[in-house]
Amino acid sequence: MSGDVAVAEAGQAPSRNRILARFLRNRPGIVALMVVVIVVLAAIFAPYIAPYDPDQQFFDGLTLEGMPLPPNARFPLGTDLLGRDLLSRLIYGARVSLIIGVVANGTALAIGAVLGTVAGYLRGRVGQIIMRITDLMMAFPALILAIALAAILRPSMWIVALVIALVNWVWIARVVHSQVLSLAEQEFITAAVAVGASRSRVFFRHLLPHLVPTLIVWGTLGIASSVLLEASLSFLGVGVQPPTPSWGGIINESQSYFLDAPWLVAFPGAAILVTSLAFNLLGDGLRDALEPDRTGEL
Amino acid sequence: MIRYIISRLGQAVLVLIGISLITFLLTFLVPADPARMIAGRLATPETVARIRAELGLDQPLPVQYGRYLWNLLHGDLGRSYAQRIEVTELLMSRLPATFQLMVAGILAEVLLGIPAGILAALGRSRWPDRLGMVLAFSGVSAPQFAVGLLLLYLLGYRWPVFPLGGYGTWRHVILPALTLGIAGAGWYARVMRSAMVEVLNQHYIRTATAKGLPPTKVVLKHALRNSILPVVSMVGLDIGVFMGGVVVVESVFAWPGIGQLAWQAIQILDIPVIMGVVILTASFIVLGNLLADLAYPLLDPRIRYK
Repeated sequence: MSGDVAVAEAGQAPSRNRILARFLRNRPGIVALMVVVIVVLAAIFAPYIAPYDPDQQFFDGLTLEGMPLPPNARFPLGTDLLGRDLLSRLIYGARVSLIIGVVANGTALAIGAVLGTVAGYLRGRVGQIIMRITDLMMAFPALILAIALAAILRPSMWIVALVIALVNWVWIARVVHSQVLSLAEQEFITAAVAVGASRSRVFFRHLLPHLVPTLIVWGTLGIASSVLLEASLSFLGVGVQPPTPSWGGIINESQSYFLDAPWLVAFPGAAILVTSLAFNLLGDGLRDALEPDRTGEL
Repeated sequence: MIRYIISRLGQAVLVLIGISLITFLLTFLVPADPARMIAGRLATPETVARIRAELGLDQPLPVQYGRYLWNLLHGDLGRSYAQRIEVTELLMSRLPATFQLMVAGILAEVLLGIPAGILAALGRSRWPDRLGMVLAFSGVSAPQFAVGLLLLYLLGYRWPVFPLGGYGTWRHVILPALTLGIAGAGWYARVMRSAMVEVLNQHYIRTATAKGLPPTKVVLKHALRNSILPVVSMVGLDIGVFMGGVVVVESVFAWPGIGQLAWQAIQILDIPVIMGVVILTASFIVLGNLLADLAYPLLDPRIRYK
């Protein structure tokens, strides 16, 4: 980026057009956005797109020996152990993945943003306690915590989302905290305080708008990790329970047959990879567009 | 320096006490009654009551926690409900496999991730960078269990180069380590790239190039040494995470490490074992962070701790 643009943008939020222009220059980001849109549409219109009912067990969906069918003309991605159409189950599985990804990450984002700003803006005793809690959470083996909670609390879709949120908010809280700390030091905040703006006005009018890009970026990146975590939990059998089709769950059900029916692992695995990758690349593209000075950070 | 280490160790102890408290409280969410689980389904109420008293489960919570902490300080993590042996013994028996997978996994991450990160940094904003970063994101986004199962299918079954899971020879460790490496390398490559890009823009790199050093020497000697710090701290983090067991990969490859122990314990709600694993993992995470921070001044003399 050329120097004069950087100078023009310093201190004020870049205009929408410029953000859009920057985003459109990022090809992986655009492809990722299209993939996300496709997955979302597939999830919403699942009943119209899916060739079959995801729970219907077909008599001709199994071989004579009772084994699942490989991909063929009737079942494009093959069938599972119960003779159900894998493609239809994957399309419906997108619903579970996205709902949990969005709900879990939305919750994590809300908790993380509130606690992060409180700790960074109010500081003092409360802020100290909040940051010590995040220290604790960082040392906690996150996956073991999630598995144990999911196992104890009897798995359901909402419990799984809640468990993921409980594990993921810490990162967001720390990012927001450090950003609020550095924002609060800047001259325009000092200036706002100096001209007599109230604490809440400084916060909502001057501080919060600068956090929006961070929240958008993390709101996107976090969906990727939530989708992955949900898949891992479902794979271990403590996530979404059958017969609800979930991508991790399909692999869990097929695990003992994967040598004979590798497509039952490959296709759901690819679905998880593509969805998670799309949200990651989209988040990365949004970061490049919204926060050009932070490009390349993790 | 010594004062710094002592204060960090003090913080670590506080973190571990906090973690033991949280874990302890979480176990009371468990709907099952441990005394009944140990006694078995056919036990009389008297037997259950006796076991409860033996375990101290009839005491008030703070007393129970105090007792747990006191035993913990003496290296006693209690007995497994299911296997009726000491938790420390169980953990120790899993350490060799866990340690082996940790070393191999970190090696795979580093060997895949660092070269990828360097190549991306050298070709920054051109195709090696774009390709490298899309690959790195793919590694990070790939579900480990599917990667592991597909590796098993391809290299254990279709072309049987490696055994189909299990533990023993060096051949057993390759596929699980590769599975861990593919995911971890994505992070390493990204960290390596951004650190390297920053260093490559420094004046001394231009000087080194200008005085006619070959590019490989500039990159591998001058730039790498100054951009490796963040990677070191990632290794420190990984030591902690991997020592605590990698549940998913161990489950796919039937690897008898701490992750599998944790998973089995969670399924039957064997609380002392779960708590033992959590505390052990947390200790290693804290220790790994500390080691990484202590390695900083060794690698970069400008960093000093007071």
